[in-house]
Amino acid sequence: MIAHIVGYLYLLAAVLFILSLKWMGEVKTSRHGNWAGSLGMLIAVIATMIAYKTQHLDLVLIAIAVGTLIGIPIALKLPMTAVPQRTAMSHAFGSLAVALVGTAEYYQRLPGIDTFTMVVLAAEMLLGYLTFTGSTIAFLKLQEMISGKPLVYKGRNIVSGLVVAVALGAAIGLVINPTNPYFLPVLVAAALLFGFLLVMGIGGADMPTVIAILNSYAGLSAAALGFVLDNQLLIVAGTLDGASGFILAILMCKAMNRSFTNVLFGGFGATTSSQGAAVSGEIRPLTVEEAYLILEAASSVVFVPGYGLAVSQAQQAVRELGDLLRKNGAEVLYGIHPVAGRMPGHMNVLLAEANVSYDELMEADAVNPKMPNIDVCVVIGANDVVNPAAREDPSSPLWGMPIIEVDKSRTVIVLKRSMRPGFAGVENPLFFKQNTRMLFGDAKASIQALIAEFSQE
Amino acid sequence: MHGQTTPLYINLLIFMLAVFLGLGLIRRVSKLLHTPLMSLTNAISSVSVVAALIVMAEPKNRMIMIFATIAVALAATNVISGFMITERILRMFRKDQGGDAK
Repeated sequence: MIAHIVGYLYLLAAVLFILSLKWMGEVKTSRHGNWAGSLGMLIAVIATMIAYKTQHLDLVLIAIAVGTLIGIPIALKLPMTAVPQRTAMSHAFGSLAVALVGTAEYYQRLPGIDTFTMVVLAAEMLLGYLTFTGSTIAFLKLQEMISGKPLVYKGRNIVSGLVVAVALGAAIGLVINPTNPYFLPVLVAAALLFGFLLVMGIGGADMPTVIAILNSYAGLSAAALGFVLDNQLLIVAGTLDGASGFILAILMCKAMNRSFTNVLFGGFGATTSSQGAAVSGEIRPLTVEEAYLILEAASSVVFVPGYGLAVSQAQQAVRELGDLLRKNGAEVLYGIHPVAGRMPGHMNVLLAEANVSYDELMEADAVNPKMPNIDVCVVIGANDVVNPAAREDPSSPLWGMPIIEVDKSRTVIVLKRSMRPGFAGVENPLFFKQNTRMLFGDAKASIQALIAEFSQE
Repeated sequence: MHGQTTPLYINLLIFMLAVFLGLGLIRRVSKLLHTPLMSLTNAISSVSVVAALIVMAEPKNRMIMIFATIAVALAATNVISGFMITERILRMFRKDQGGDAK
């Protein structure tokens, strides 16, 4: 009887999870989506605690208390610029949890594991452990605790290939002979090492894709665990998460005109021999006063933010400048490229935090047709996503990538620290265009100086 | 509830339907919301806390118990911070209600 009640509660939780994602589709209903998800989770946990009376309730409660004590401060205190790090960390936590449960379940069933369960368990542990180290490295890179540059060395793909071969060999060994005590540690070690190597080889600009792929892996390993435990709720929730990461990864790849394998094994910039045609020409720097005069006369302005906006925490200042421009009679929009920043949707969240109305946040497809009629584009800490080489130079590694076509507007003001190329290490001909002006310095300081100019009026 | 009782093809059917449902649902999510989408799905997939609880019901030895306890703590961290941060992010998305908002 109780088993049936629990089954129906799981069904209810699954329905709530599905509704949660459905409502997440648009801003208006998104908060309902979050509540539906939370409610589904609460029901699932309570149902499980009723159905499987634990011998260790004290430990369960302590573990939940520890999780709550760690989780609440993260959720409340985290600055929005650090959301990509938090996401990477949560993938690490989630996949480690799944991998540990898989390992525990292996030892729990040890003498009599059937072949199917062993296959799924092996796959689950492979994915879980490699996602754990991969996400940890992603976290360290995003938090700048280690260098964000891709680690590239000769024979890198051979080394990675060998590690994969060892991991798969151990997995096959386990399936053939589940009781062998050596296969599991080898599998775990090789999976951990592979995750490490995989993400060490990836540069900052590829992070949005990598985070999405790791998201997908974490979800799929949870779904695999559902098969092992014969728990349909876990299958559904894990699969939904896996599908979400997969779609986001595809969108990110499309936005960079690259393939999955190219992102994972390319080591972009560092290994591509071509950096695109060398560009030369005259750089036209300008002072804050000159920039002010251009903006003051503009009747339409598009801000194009990139990762530099997050680095200099300039989102609030940008919104203030936007408000001043609007008061001055200009139309103000924001052009958001899908891979600007370090995770999918990063720029939208930062600008929303600064109180920018979300209907002013435009995708590349929506803003590009307007470009010829835009007076001024202000590029803030973005580089590759506005690089016209993607359109003009077939030898460029960015060739074919959809960009925000700021160079088609009447005037482009690029806020930039120095003439360093972007994360892809590719030359940017935008900086040498006739209609481009460079405003050197910290983005936030430059914008605040512009705000000061406006206030002097 | 214990042990393998559901035929594999039923579970595979559920998996397959969830794949199509997931792809269909996620494709419709506005690009604006991709960051909170990620934190939401992450919290939802931490329903693996359920799996950890199931293993903790009757652990065969101490090591299994320790693994499962750590897993509960990790998944609980994700659940709590995941839903809370999603709420925080979503609250920031607003639209100017007509005219000039300062």
